[in-house]
Parts: sequence; structure tokens; C-alpha cells
Amino acid sequence: MKKILSSGLPGRRWLSIGPPFLWLALFLLLPFLLVLKISFAELKFGIPPYTPLAELKDQTVTLALSLRGYALLFTDSLYIATYLNSVKMAAVTTLCCALIGYPMAYYIARSHPSVRNLLLLGVILPFWTSLLLRVYAWVGILRNDGLLNNLLQWLGLISEPLEIYRTDLAVYIGLVYAYLPFFVLPLYATLVKLDIRLLEAAYDLGARPWRAFFSVTLPLSMPGVIAGAMLVFIPSVGEYVIPEMLGGANTLMMGRVMWTEFFNNADWPMAAAVTCVMVMMLLVPLVIFQYNQIRQLEQQRGKTQ
Amino acid sequence: MTRPHPVLRATVLALGYAFLYIPILCLMAFSFNDSSMMTSWTGFSLKWYVELFNDQALLSAARLSLLIAALTATAAVAIGTWAGYVLARMGRFRGFALYIGMVSAPLVMPEVVLGISLLLMFVEISQLFGWPSGNGIFTIWVGHVTLCMAYVAVIIQSRIRELDRSLEEAALDLGATPLKVFFVITLPLILPALMAAWLLAFTLSLDDVVIASFLSGPGYTTLPLEVFSRVRLGLKPEINALATLFMLTVGIFVVVANRMQWRKGQA
Repeated sequence: MKKILSSGLPGRRWLSIGPPFLWLALFLLLPFLLVLKISFAELKFGIPPYTPLAELKDQTVTLALSLRGYALLFTDSLYIATYLNSVKMAAVTTLCCALIGYPMAYYIARSHPSVRNLLLLGVILPFWTSLLLRVYAWVGILRNDGLLNNLLQWLGLISEPLEIYRTDLAVYIGLVYAYLPFFVLPLYATLVKLDIRLLEAAYDLGARPWRAFFSVTLPLSMPGVIAGAMLVFIPSVGEYVIPEMLGGANTLMMGRVMWTEFFNNADWPMAAAVTCVMVMMLLVPLVIFQYNQIRQLEQQRGKTQ
Repeated sequence: MTRPHPVLRATVLALGYAFLYIPILCLMAFSFNDSSMMTSWTGFSLKWYVELFNDQALLSAARLSLLIAALTATAAVAIGTWAGYVLARMGRFRGFALYIGMVSAPLVMPEVVLGISLLLMFVEISQLFGWPSGNGIFTIWVGHVTLCMAYVAVIIQSRIRELDRSLEEAALDLGATPLKVFFVITLPLILPALMAAWLLAFTLSLDDVVIASFLSGPGYTTLPLEVFSRVRLGLKPEINALATLFMLTVGIFVVVANRMQWRKGQA
């Protein structure tokens, strides 16, 4: 029975798998290969503003691979500082999301089912509303004459306004705020499926609450932690909107540098090279994320069949 | 013994939700402020809402965005459901890892990567074939569908996996073709998930700044592009009014849909 459901006829099978695959190959894989190609091109004036890689002239094909972009990217200290800073900011953001998000997801999952639904909705709701507008909300709070500084001054805690807006700290706040639901939701999904009897067994065997947490709950929730951490870390590295709205001129992030190269300097090969380096740096976390997805998928499949 | 500590639990949740909601509530409160500064309260006023509805640039951007979002959501649900069904039901086939990799890549891939790569491709294509002659609704739509179909696929595949397989198997045993089984049995069962996925794709498209920046052309300013170009330099009170309306609409929608689904689950 399973066989008929999952296979059909051989020719039909490709027809049924094919169309989404085709869309992704055409609009995801192919464009990325083009970026890779253009990252090796030379800047020129005209449309498009880059040189072709291979040229047929006098019956000879000349292949020109320019390494200008990459040479600059790996030697210029500003670019190197940008990579390191992007990774650092994304890592700190992920850690903060974990520290805030894990207890939240844990307590939501362990709530009474009727309350749980409401609490979960509370995490999902910001996810549905506009990220742009939610980040914008922080501008009014963090400015020197903003709500936070007014409140602190009114309470008499500070006499001079704190400089937060247009600093790295503001970017951290914005990133954690924007990505927190992405950590909580997949983690909640694993925690809610956790078999309570395992914890009870640990307690019966005399484990203290913290011991039970570290040797039962935490290891079993690792797939959720990994999925959440990757959903926060990978997009944060290339984030553009948040550093642009909350960060200062010296908040170095890759998404921003790439944006500047492309829109302000119109240097497409350079922007393409920055993009390629960004994807290369994200390759390891991407593979971890995909591996984790596939493993979870197979486990679920094992359960349902 | 296995129940969590009530005080600790209440504190953690209160702080977490305060962090998530205080900025939104501040934004909403100050949309009714008389002064243009979001720093002190000078009096209740609806003038920013009046200004919002007289702002032709914002209104036409909103119309364009709603159109693109509707087109995106519809296509993303069609392709994403297909991809989700393949992931949930088709077993392991050659290239499965690549398939799942490509479907879930847009979930995490920084949007700047998706934006620039699609733009470069459209430039190459129009060099080769003279089409598309300029960026606009079509190019933005392609970018948004590629992003949104990943979210749709994830929602749909987890929903399909929860389904009781015996219904589909019974229909097959009674002689229905797999295609008919999908449309007559599977599709009606996942209808609520389809609607949720459509709405999510709609709001994702309505919110996107980065992909649209790369893929829009002159004369095609979407709402987030218009909003972003105004707020990147500071506070704009008419945007507070817009944000309040947007968030209230989405909020009411999500809460009502959730209540309906929850009640159905209880019955």
C-alpha cells in the first residue's frame, strides 16, 4: 500500500516531484551560480556593469577570472573586521536569544494546555506583524530624548541620557528582539513533545531538579535548540535593516557592506564577491541546519509509519 | 516534583512577554500623541491618522504591496504545498537531500543573498532575451514566492504528517487515482493549514524590504520600501499610525483564527 502511495509510476513520479524542484533550481540555485560567476568578473562601465568571463574573439576563447574582489576581501582590514564583527554580533545575539528563549519555551511547554495555547499565540503574534515596524518601535525608545532615557531620568537613576541609539548595543537589542520568536518556536515544538515520564523517572532515581534538567531535558531538546540557534544565527550575519535603522555609522555588518557596494558604489563584482564570502562562511551552519532538519524529518517519519 | 516552580515561571514569562510587547504598545500609544516628537505626551489627537489617509504616496504604495502580496501568497501556497507534500509523503528519492536543502534554504538565507542573486539573474536574462524589460511587479513576485514557498512547505509538510493515513489508503483501495485522492481527501483535510500558510505568505510579502529593494524598478515602490526610506533617518509619526493600524488588523485576525481553530480542537 505504502508503495503505491509513495511511488506511483516511475515517469509520473518525476512529474509529481518536479515542478517545485524546477522553480527552486531556476530561481534559487541558478541565480546563486550567477553570483559566483560575477564575483570573478571585472568592473566596467555599461550595462551590465561587469565584464564577461569568457569571450570568443578570432576563434579563440579567452577566459578571464578576476580575483580583484577576493584579493581585496581577504587583505583589506576593514573587510576582515566586518566579517569578524558580523559573526560576533550574530553569535552574541544567538546566545542572548537562547538565554531568554529557552526558559520561555520551557515554561510555555510545561504550562496547562489551555494557558499554553494563549502563551504560544503571544510568541507567534510578533512573528506575524511587520519586522520593519517592530524595529522602528525601538527608535522611539532608545533615542537620547526617547522613552527609556526619559523614564530613567524621571526615576533619578541617571542624570545624563544614555547613548544607546546608533550604537552596537542598539543593534544587539534589535536583533534579539526581532529573532527571539524564531528561537522559541522550534524549541517549544521539541519541548512540548518531551515525554514527562522520563523526567519522573529521573526524579524517582533521586536526581535533583538541575541534574534532571541537564541530563534529561536539555539533551532531548537539542534538535530544537540547534534549529532555533541556526534560525537566529544565519540570517543575523547578513542582516541589513536592523543595523541600518539602529546602528551607528561604524557598526560593521556584512549585509550593510554588500548593500553599499551594490547600491552606493555600483560595484557589482565586489558585491557578488562579498555575497559569496558570506555564503561560504555560512556553509557550516547551513549544513548543520539542514542535517538537523533531515534528521528530525526522518525521526518523525519513523514514528508515523 | 516535576512541576516547574510557579514564581520562577511567572517571572520568566512576564519578563519575556514584556520584552516582546512593550515596544509595540509604546509605538501604538504614541500614534495618538499630539506632538510630532515621540518623546513626551502632549495630548490625545487623531491627526496622524488623518495625515496618513491623505498621504497619496503611502496609499498607492500600499495598493501595490497588497496586490503583490495577494499574487505571492496564492502562488507560494500552490508551489509550497506541492513541495511540502513531496517532503511528507514521497519517501526518499535520489536528490532528496538537495531537495530539502533547497526548500528550506530561503528560511535562513540572509535576504540580501536572495535579492542580489535574483537581480543579477534578471539582468542576465534581459541581456540575452530582452525580457523582462524592467523590474517591477513580476520580478518582486518571483523573489517573494521563492521566499514564501519555503515557509508554506514547512507548515504544510508538518500538517500532512499529522494526518491519519488510513483515509487516503482507503480511497486508494476503493480505486481512486493518487491525484484524485489528493484533491478529494488530503486537500480538504489540510484546508485550515492552507489558509494559515496563505496568510503567512501574504504578511511576509507585505513586510519585505530587502528583496523588494533589489527587485523593484522605478515607479514600483512597495509599502515597506516607502516606509523604510522615511524611517531610516528617524521618527515619523504618520508611520506610527500606519504601524498601529497594521498591527491591530493582523493581531485581531490571528487571534480570531486561533480561537476558531482551538475551539474546533476542543469539540
